[in-house]
Amino acid sequence: MESQSSTPNIADLIQSDRVHGSVYTDEAIFQLELEKIWYKTWVYVGHASEVPNANDFVSKSIGPQPLIMTRGRDGVIRLLLNRCPHRANQVCLQAKGNRGSFTCPYHGWTFSNSGELRGFPFPDGYDTADRSELGLGQVNRVAEYKGFVFGSFADEGPSLEEHLGAGGRDAIDRLVQTSPEGEVEITAGFLQHRAKANWKFIVENETDGYHPQFVHASIFSIAKSGIGDLYSSDSTAVARDLGDGHTENDLRPEFRRIDKPMNWFGTNEARLPDYVEKMKAAYGEEKAREIMIDGTPHVMIFPNLFIAEIQIFVIQPLAVDESIQHVTALQFKGAPDLNRRLRQQTMGSVGPAGFLLADDSEMYERTQRGVKSKMPEWNYLGRGKHRERRDEEGFMVGDATDEVTSRGIWRHYRELMEAE
Amino acid sequence: MSSQIDLALLAEVQQFLYMEARLQDSNLYSEWEALWTDDAIYWVPANGADIDPEEQMSIIYDNRSRIGLRIKQFYTGKRHTQAPASSLGRVVSNIEILDVNGDEVKVASNAMIFECNLRADTVWATRNEFLLRRTEEGFRMARKKVVLVNNEKPLYTLSFLV
Repeated sequence: MESQSSTPNIADLIQSDRVHGSVYTDEAIFQLELEKIWYKTWVYVGHASEVPNANDFVSKSIGPQPLIMTRGRDGVIRLLLNRCPHRANQVCLQAKGNRGSFTCPYHGWTFSNSGELRGFPFPDGYDTADRSELGLGQVNRVAEYKGFVFGSFADEGPSLEEHLGAGGRDAIDRLVQTSPEGEVEITAGFLQHRAKANWKFIVENETDGYHPQFVHASIFSIAKSGIGDLYSSDSTAVARDLGDGHTENDLRPEFRRIDKPMNWFGTNEARLPDYVEKMKAAYGEEKAREIMIDGTPHVMIFPNLFIAEIQIFVIQPLAVDESIQHVTALQFKGAPDLNRRLRQQTMGSVGPAGFLLADDSEMYERTQRGVKSKMPEWNYLGRGKHRERRDEEGFMVGDATDEVTSRGIWRHYRELMEAE
Repeated sequence: MSSQIDLALLAEVQQFLYMEARLQDSNLYSEWEALWTDDAIYWVPANGADIDPEEQMSIIYDNRSRIGLRIKQFYTGKRHTQAPASSLGRVVSNIEILDVNGDEVKVASNAMIFECNLRADTVWATRNEFLLRRTEEGFRMARKKVVLVNNEKPLYTLSFLV
């Protein structure tokens, strides 16, 4: 931990094509981020399919704070804070399970899974205690978009749909239609990959189309993967700033040029006959072909949900220089043959031993150490500034390897950090 | 298996596990790869010891061809997280023969691994289970399961041979 200043002036630290190194290392800035971003805006927490039945629960988090995501008897998903209102003991120690109530092991206070205090032992010891005031804390607003559950600690502010914007919603819409039943399921369990690095290095890297050819050269060269070519200077793919900090690498132009169904997943229709048949039955020949050519999105929903074609990452900051990537394979309802391959490929790619992510995380940690060096003070993010342009929908786009995405992230970050 | 301890077999198994540990600690990748059978499974589960690796995410769940890919990646020289390679020293103990079935011996052991890399010094503790198969060249690994005792928690990158 280090603290360079007590009152950082964000406007001085974030400029149109460069950011000051202290934004990754200053403890005061990290505390401000918790207040202005993590404990205010919409943050992705979990997926409805992780608590499919009444009384299911799963341990989650927003920033460093642990939460319990529960589904009540009434079917409603809630985000409870894991802190007994009596003396702050943690009431739930399990990763997941099914229960209608949580009993604090310290003094036996019991809470329903919708947060209300049900009772405490030896009640004659309390004279005026108002039980309705002594429930578990709850994240102020909870909202769902196509099964993706987000929470916001602010009572008021933009709705989740407004926060996602047209670009974020469209990405999730595109994702779910990869399922013949139009639903994503998060059922394969998470790997938790820790890195000694600031969370923003991770967010920026997710849609940095410049790094794959170098960071992942080892696996691209031996696995005969076509991924590297998608991020070359000849690629027709685009980097896109979707606004509100959301960004994507849109690979569809390349997949459409290649024009082979399931090529996005490095396979072909013949290898997934059941899936292909179900997709055609669900969407019709033409639309199914379109979906199977376009593939799933590569989109970073600010600040913490990275949908990475075949898996999702949930980014959790623990400290200014410590972060966790929670990662699991995407599973598409009604597509068991596709899902099996998604799990296998995800396991090879990500997590602490992954062919890809172990090298990304190496870069996160090296940049965290590098940015502590005094000179030249700034990270330069000007790549492709001379060729960025508006697309038909009005989003700013650049070539596949351009840093239009990083610039979009920082513009939004600065707005959030400067807001009252 | 008789109640009598087969000391000769135990010594043979012990020598094999020590050799495997030495190859790993020395980052002798292809020599280590040669210890596997063609039908090998190399498994490092996450979130407990008994998950179903066909359904749930594991840290590593490699068949023989993926073990080969893992090894090839080191030799590209661009496996950044192992360039420079971790310095390693491990202690293998609690070697116990669980079962003998024809050519195959099921063995349990523990390992404590000290890793030094660019990030920091890290200690890893594992409970291992092997299925060793006797071949003309000596024992070969048909299966190795490595249960990191902290596999339910967030883990730093683990890119050396565990």
